[in-house]
Amino acid sequence: MFLINCPYCGERDQSEFSCGGEAHIIRPKQPTELSDDQWAEYLFMRKNIKGVQFERWNHAHGCRKWFNMVRDTSNDKIHAVYKMGEKPPVK
Amino acid sequence: MKNKYSIFSLIKNAFSQHENWKQAWGDPEPKREYEAIIIGGGGHGLATAYYLAKKHNMRNIAVLEKGWIGGGNTGRNTTIIRSNYLWDASAGLYDHALKIWENLSQELNYNIMFSQRGVMNLAHNLQDVRDLKRRTHANRLNGIDAVWLNTNQVKEFCPIINTSPDIRYPVLGGTLQRRAGTARHDAVAWGYARGADEMGVDIIQNCEVKGIKRNGDQVEGVETSKGFITTKKIGVVAAGHSSVIANMAGLKLPLESKPLQALVSEPVKPIIDTVVMSNAVHAYVSQSDKGELVIGAGTDAYVSYTQRGSHDVVEGTLKAILELYPIFSRMKMLRQWGGIVDICPDASPIISKTNIKGLYFNCGWGTGGFKATPGSGDLFAHTIANDEPHKLNAAFNLNRFVSGDLVDEHGAAAVAH
Repeated sequence: MFLINCPYCGERDQSEFSCGGEAHIIRPKQPTELSDDQWAEYLFMRKNIKGVQFERWNHAHGCRKWFNMVRDTSNDKIHAVYKMGEKPPVK
Repeated sequence: MKNKYSIFSLIKNAFSQHENWKQAWGDPEPKREYEAIIIGGGGHGLATAYYLAKKHNMRNIAVLEKGWIGGGNTGRNTTIIRSNYLWDASAGLYDHALKIWENLSQELNYNIMFSQRGVMNLAHNLQDVRDLKRRTHANRLNGIDAVWLNTNQVKEFCPIINTSPDIRYPVLGGTLQRRAGTARHDAVAWGYARGADEMGVDIIQNCEVKGIKRNGDQVEGVETSKGFITTKKIGVVAAGHSSVIANMAGLKLPLESKPLQALVSEPVKPIIDTVVMSNAVHAYVSQSDKGELVIGAGTDAYVSYTQRGSHDVVEGTLKAILELYPIFSRMKMLRQWGGIVDICPDASPIISKTNIKGLYFNCGWGTGGFKATPGSGDLFAHTIANDEPHKLNAAFNLNRFVSGDLVDEHGAAAVAH
């Protein structure tokens, strides 16, 4: 339970947002050329980090826009919020 | 059994004011080398060690636990045991466990308080009714007891449920597995620990794994807070922390770790003598032998390793509980907590070899691992000892995420995930 600073709306309760999981997983440019192993890596394998993790979030009950977030999963502290397409901050 | 518990040992110890009971398991320092090491001293890990020693005669093994045994999800779940899963592979896995549960107290000489009080799953809309009826048929084809109850039969089986047709999510019926029920979670960990210890297994608490040493494709040992330990076989049963251990070995798993919450009320006189689950409104409730209502809530929808969880999840669950059981409206909740559960994309577990020799994973149990404890330990021990899966856990391999042969219980089973 925490507050999230939506880059479009400002600080709101976390229950207004939905989490889209790990950020910066790049969709394969040539899907037809992928092996089964590469598909598994893209679709299912996750870092699931205990510590600082980059994530996608959606302000589902607000502006409905997607953005990225850097959050420490061991204590739910948010280190940075940045818009889609912006460069992730260095740790 | 050198220290058998019985009515006679109870009487004998009464004469010395119960001050001379022997410790149920030891507190050894780790040896330099073991035949196999189990990482994680929860129910599944201790059961794995117990069956490795008992059925596969591997006695030179250790269980490493970073906290105290049974202090993770084993002590944090809502103790529900059932096997009414939809798919053949899941039904085989969970019913294998249920059959072991039925004689576990006798086998371990430890009262795990297994109580086959039945588990009822409620249907609240037409699709629930269709799904649950389908599941009942599938269960019966797999030899698992299941019956469909209409609304009146639900009311008869559990009179405190509000079956009025004008509530937001009316009860349209439900399924009942009578062999299902609950067990005392701590006792399961303690019983397995005592049994494993007696066969020579070292149970090492307060020993955190810091790294996994590999030589090419073969594991060589573990770096721990109590020094380096050499071994050729490592079984990881670390629940929510499976990915953390996997990262140490340079492996990625298809898991996300999320907090799952539960809460208990103040103790009251017996009021509900079964377990009632409702997937649609996400609430389940049973009553412990102490009289507390044990209430299971949902998971937070984001990765977190904090054993807390969000308030809105608890609020949602309690709203549903109050609509279904208006009688509980004045109950006070005593405790609330979260456990970190490792969830697979198909909501089925992984009991599997990896592409690293000597490294085995038993994880991905998500929100429902407690019920499988004995079966999981038995099958994981088989997998470690023989370096190949038992036929009951063959489908639960890590390779299914590459082949696409998933065991998709998530939507299909209409169970609370």
